Amino acid sequence: MQKGDFSKEFLQKIAATEPRWMREKRLEAYALYESLPMPHTTKDDVWRRTVDMRTQDYWRRTRRHLRSFAVDRYHPSVPNGAVSSEDVDYSESETAGVLVQVDGEHQHTSDSEILKEKGVYFADLHTALREQPELLRAYFMNKAVTLETALKSGNIAQQNKFDALHGAFWRGGYLLHVPKGVRVEVPLRVYIRMSEAEQADLSHTLIIAEEGSQVVVLEDNLSTTPDASGFHSGAVEIFAGQNANVTYVQVQRWNRHVWNFASHRAMVARDAQLCWVTATFGGRLNKINQAVVLEGAGGNAKMLGLAFTDARQHLDVSTAQEHVSPHTFSDLLYRTVLKDRAQSAWGGNIYVYPSANHTDAYQKNDNLLLSERAHADTLPGLEIQAHEVRCTHGATAGKIDAEQVFYLMSRGLPYTEAEKLIVEGFFEPVMERIPLESVREELGTSITRKLVTS
Amino acid sequence: MSNVLGIKNLHISVQGKPIIKGLNLSVQQGEIHALMGPNGSGKSTLAKGLMGHPLYEVDSGEVIFDGVDVLELEPNERAKLGLFLAFQYPTAIPGVSLANFLRLAVSAVRGKGVNGSEKDGLIPMREFRRELREKMQQLGVDDSFARRYLNDGFSGGEMKRAEILQLAMLEPKIAILDETDSGLDIDAVRIVGESVSQLIGPDLGVLIITHYPRLLDYIRPQFVHILLDGRVVESGGWELTQVLEAEGYDPIREKHGIDE
Repeated sequence: MQKGDFSKEFLQKIAATEPRWMREKRLEAYALYESLPMPHTTKDDVWRRTVDMRTQDYWRRTRRHLRSFAVDRYHPSVPNGAVSSEDVDYSESETAGVLVQVDGEHQHTSDSEILKEKGVYFADLHTALREQPELLRAYFMNKAVTLETALKSGNIAQQNKFDALHGAFWRGGYLLHVPKGVRVEVPLRVYIRMSEAEQADLSHTLIIAEEGSQVVVLEDNLSTTPDASGFHSGAVEIFAGQNANVTYVQVQRWNRHVWNFASHRAMVARDAQLCWVTATFGGRLNKINQAVVLEGAGGNAKMLGLAFTDARQHLDVSTAQEHVSPHTFSDLLYRTVLKDRAQSAWGGNIYVYPSANHTDAYQKNDNLLLSERAHADTLPGLEIQAHEVRCTHGATAGKIDAEQVFYLMSRGLPYTEAEKLIVEGFFEPVMERIPLESVREELGTSITRKLVTS
Repeated sequence: MSNVLGIKNLHISVQGKPIIKGLNLSVQQGEIHALMGPNGSGKSTLAKGLMGHPLYEVDSGEVIFDGVDVLELEPNERAKLGLFLAFQYPTAIPGVSLANFLRLAVSAVRGKGVNGSEKDGLIPMREFRRELREKMQQLGVDDSFARRYLNDGFSGGEMKRAEILQLAMLEPKIAILDETDSGLDIDAVRIVGESVSQLIGPDLGVLIITHYPRLLDYIRPQFVHILLDGRVVESGGWELTQVLEAEGYDPIREKHGIDE
């Protein structure tokens, strides 16, 4: 495969056939990318925990940690128009449509008759740019994940070098547009794969569910080789229109050599419902910003997170629940299990703006440590500027309970089985809220696999 | 018939402090033993030590189970041989249903499914469900029990009944009941006592550990032992419980020169 790079020349090349506005958008992002320094783990507050947090020579180590990442070592794929000859058969599970992408290259889309009949648009983002330019122009990195993701209160604006990189070089991903009133009950499935070493994957997810529509998307990010190094700079944008009902599940199973940076942001309109599940198993270093914005009164967002990391994986997740309108509801539950020398940092904030009276917002982060050397930091936060608000938040981190292990072993379970059962039980409060049996099963398999690998 | 559980000159310490100091005891299948002792005499230490709790250090002595020296075995290996401990304070395992857990436990203890195991090594679901339902009916346990998370939010009585249900399902050779009557009101003691007595038969040996003879009204032991200061100081029959009831532990302490 031909290799690209993160140069202006390469950018001009990939944007050559694109509409002018997109080319300009890319160039604007590129200029920002160039102007921003690499995030600094001591100077930049939001990056402070993207690091090794335990050692005494903390700062020295952390600088080294992020320093060992260099964008230039990774290469975006070059568009060649070729579709893989190998037949990809992902049709074993019931689905309304399947999209497959390997190393940034779109491989395959099959949409069912149901989708066609109902006028649902589901295609890779490059095709969408040709066929649905107006939709992209209106939504793509314009309203949710933008170059200057500003909190609604306007007093914190963040420019993220990786969002800028993504805006400049995005490649792959998909657009799903569900028209007004259309309800698709069967899930759509998206498979995003990385196979070759030194790949940079820059996929972009854009889901637009119009008023009164319903859709379920299951997105799987997977490395197909266990030790090919890689870099993912991604973005997820979700728009749940008025009274729409959106379920979005992202399972991240990159291998342990993939640097993963992503911004995810969902906009929830009046009376809309969003069920958002994030499951994280992979990545060498994960830096994820995930935000839900409750823009319209009566909006309801459920955010479920499940993560299991091992070896020297590092997981850094920042979540935000932004309540802009009154009578909005959000409930976040993140549970993380850490093995070996894995580390995680979770920082969550609930923002209730002055315009969001009568808001309910909940937030909980729990961590289970399976080894002495694993480490979890958890920082829940609240910022409330409205009245008649109900908020709770909480966080826990603890080692696996030796009494639980003894109890289960005394009933005949070997240690590994006892540990497995305790881990499954720990994830159960998240699992039981996931509305899809097939997803629960797939996650269960990934959890088991994580437990048995050493 | 050889002893199923044979304990010889056993010494156990907890965090360096000797608690069990040369204990001898043997229990066979079909026998019911009561081990009675006041608080601090070492009852729970013995129970957990026999099951292999990692914090209970066996300093010397031997524990032979069915001809096997079990002191080097993991708790799950002891369970597989047929030893069972009903906990005084069962541990809650949130998120794990009693049924799910019991299927794993039964499969592990039996080694494989009875009528042709499934490939995952688990007892077939249908067979397990039938057996569980039978045992739950026998013990008068509500159906909803099976779906609840193990000991999570259980009342004291529910926990003890769940322990007895596990005993019934795992079919051990020897069951140790550690203060199974503690923390229960009179009705709950009766229910638990009647449940256990239903399980008693020629294949089950029971060691009831208690400081209070209430449970023994329902399960009458053939052998009664008095535990004081980490040793069995008296052994006898039912009449020993009567002596205790009438006089308490003090005369026995005096007789053996043990300070309170």
